[in-house]
Amino acid sequence: MNAPEVIKDKRSLFEKRKPVFPKAVDGYYRRLKWVVMAVTLTIYYVTPWIRWDRGPYAPDQAVLVDLAGRRFYMFGIEIWPHEFYYVAGLLVMAGIGLFLVTSAVGRAWCGYACPQTVWTDVYQHIERWIDGDHNAQVRLQNSPWTANKIIRRFSKWGIWLVIAFATGGAWIFYFADAPTLARQFISGEAPFVAYATVGILTATTFILGGFMREQFCIYACPWPRIQSTMMDENSLIVTYKDWRGEPRGSLKQVKNDPENFGDCIDCLQCVQVCPTGIDIREGPQIGCITCALCIDACDQVMEKIDRPRGLIDYITYEDADRERAGEPTQPAWKNLLRVRTILYFAVWAGIGLGMLFVLGNRMRLDIAVQSDRNPIYVQLADGNIRNSYDAKIRNMESRPRTVEISMSGLGQAVLWSTGGTRENAGRSVTVQVPADSVGKVRLFVAGPGEGVAKETFAFTVEAEDDPTAKDTQEVYFERPGTE
Amino acid sequence: MTDNRRIDTPTGTETVGHEWDGIEELDTPMPRWWLWSLYASIVWAIGYVILYPAWPMVNSATEGLLGWTSRGEFEQSIAAREAELEPIRQALVSTDIRKLNGSPELMQQAIEGGRSAFKVHCVQCHGTGAAGSKGYPNLNDDNWLWGGDLEAIEYTLTHGIRNPDHDKTRFSQMPAFGRDGILQPDEISDLVSYVRVLSGKEENSESATRGAALFEVNCTVCHGPEGKGDRTQGAPDLTDSISLYGLDRESLKYTITNSRYGVMPRWGHRLDAATIRMLAVYVHSLGGGETLPAVEEVNEDTLEKIGHEQVAGDERS
Repeated sequence: MNAPEVIKDKRSLFEKRKPVFPKAVDGYYRRLKWVVMAVTLTIYYVTPWIRWDRGPYAPDQAVLVDLAGRRFYMFGIEIWPHEFYYVAGLLVMAGIGLFLVTSAVGRAWCGYACPQTVWTDVYQHIERWIDGDHNAQVRLQNSPWTANKIIRRFSKWGIWLVIAFATGGAWIFYFADAPTLARQFISGEAPFVAYATVGILTATTFILGGFMREQFCIYACPWPRIQSTMMDENSLIVTYKDWRGEPRGSLKQVKNDPENFGDCIDCLQCVQVCPTGIDIREGPQIGCITCALCIDACDQVMEKIDRPRGLIDYITYEDADRERAGEPTQPAWKNLLRVRTILYFAVWAGIGLGMLFVLGNRMRLDIAVQSDRNPIYVQLADGNIRNSYDAKIRNMESRPRTVEISMSGLGQAVLWSTGGTRENAGRSVTVQVPADSVGKVRLFVAGPGEGVAKETFAFTVEAEDDPTAKDTQEVYFERPGTE
Repeated sequence: MTDNRRIDTPTGTETVGHEWDGIEELDTPMPRWWLWSLYASIVWAIGYVILYPAWPMVNSATEGLLGWTSRGEFEQSIAAREAELEPIRQALVSTDIRKLNGSPELMQQAIEGGRSAFKVHCVQCHGTGAAGSKGYPNLNDDNWLWGGDLEAIEYTLTHGIRNPDHDKTRFSQMPAFGRDGILQPDEISDLVSYVRVLSGKEENSESATRGAALFEVNCTVCHGPEGKGDRTQGAPDLTDSISLYGLDRESLKYTITNSRYGVMPRWGHRLDAATIRMLAVYVHSLGGGETLPAVEEVNEDTLEKIGHEQVAGDERS
């Protein structure tokens, strides 16, 4: 066998990640990002701890997804499994909401509110706090594993892990009573699934926020692809105004030959602050999450060298064309109020209002009756016929209720339930249904043996404490009669 | 075979050394993760074979160090469930059957337990819906040969019907009037007419009038002067709309000529007291159950117990 020839030129299927060490920057958009981060993180961490009194029969947690009890509580709203279309509706609204935001202001979700962006941002701040700014980070990255590097690395990863743990830890409180679960979690009595969930979310937060970062947006997330099909020439994108900036040259070159150079002095500040490590001057690209930190960085430089701000700016494609041609740009409201955005908004608001309307009018009591098929009817000694029914009374109020089930139609028939007898039977029975649950009751109806084989009548359930809570179902009374 | 292995330049991978019309095959090594999962599986398999039943032998497989069997696991889970249900069974047996009504919770548990026991022991004759068929009583209706209150049903279940080897069994016997030559066929025909008049299936007729005279002589001892039957003897009520063997002329003729003897096994020595009570409560709950005669003596202990159970029941619901 010939010795295999060693090949040095090994090609890889994947591009190697170029490390990104984003530089700190201050400015209008950076401050906006701080606000959005504070608001989103507060919502995430605080929501499960908000209390909401629902009386003694329901949990007092404002937002609770009770998987075991199959109930979803959100402030004054309680969703049962059969009402899951509300949750589906919320998801549809979230989807259309993203469409709306994208068509109006571009990838604002990616740049400001996406959890991947928010947590990466938090992690990058910690990175700068431990390792120093851009240059120090590069130096540390390239240095060998000295004591300094080891200490810095481990303290950074340690803090990341604490944050990751807090992230996973907060998630589980949405699924159980938060104070109770917290106590159980600390004392080791929480269910295994709680620890597993926290473990998994800690790991994903640590890996996604600490190491994968922009790679997740570029390679894993479908949203940028979907967004790029939804953006049009009227969506806001972060744009480098090449007609103003090019040809670029250093300050010195510009000084010597001001006529032949644009405003861009090639200081690379926009590249250094970019959290995804792209060069915005190459034009719109998938890596740009439109966080606008390059706008902040460039504006600072423009101010220093005494040029107008906005060499890099939020601008629509159409406006960019106008500006390039020296025409005035459109006012912002014209960009926002377009057929497309208005339609998205109308659909979004329509679904929301529709759901609110249905929610406000939904009945909190209903009856579902199933006739006994085995046997279909029972011959009684006195010639009458008895039919049996299994009724389910759904009491969706969080208090026990006394309800009356009554018959309409089938004039000579009588009704009783398990525990009662035909002798004491009347035209209605009274049933206790526990709070927030489905009560089952077996109903017996005895009626004359002569008549049509299938006679229609109806059961009506009515709450004693609220005469408007009412539901009716039609059923058959069957007998060996004529068709 | 000449060894033509070489390194393929674009991929840097060795070829397998064959060549067909200029087409060569790369000898791409197994991915590392794949190999490691293979090794891990082998280690796992060794441990598994030692701990669990694995090698098939003549009668059964090797036992494994843990001694696990699927049947053992099944029996364990059945035993665990039985242990869970034990308090209910205890409570059911220790509660006076006349006072069961006082604890709806226990009653409901008994109904559910009876429902599943019924599916094992009773459906063969009475059907899955307890509706019976010709010769097998419908347990849903309000007609009972031997009584339809909880106590009577439990007695029937425990001692059975027409068990020759058992003293306490429910026993009744109608003579085979035709076969034994007590009545002639035309007399039987007249009796049939009368019985059909009794149950409202036929208009009165000459034949029925003759039958009425025969009835008075031959049948009233058990079925009573009005044909209303007698539960102490298990004699059916002939005036109602329900009949075990049918009210058409043919069926009635056969019944009077040859008599009929349905048999129900006694369950007292096959099932435990709790299961029998559950079955009784279930059958009673099917819609035709009759109310027990009022409780005569009230003992303070039992009263207290019922009180406790009610409170416990309320808390649970």
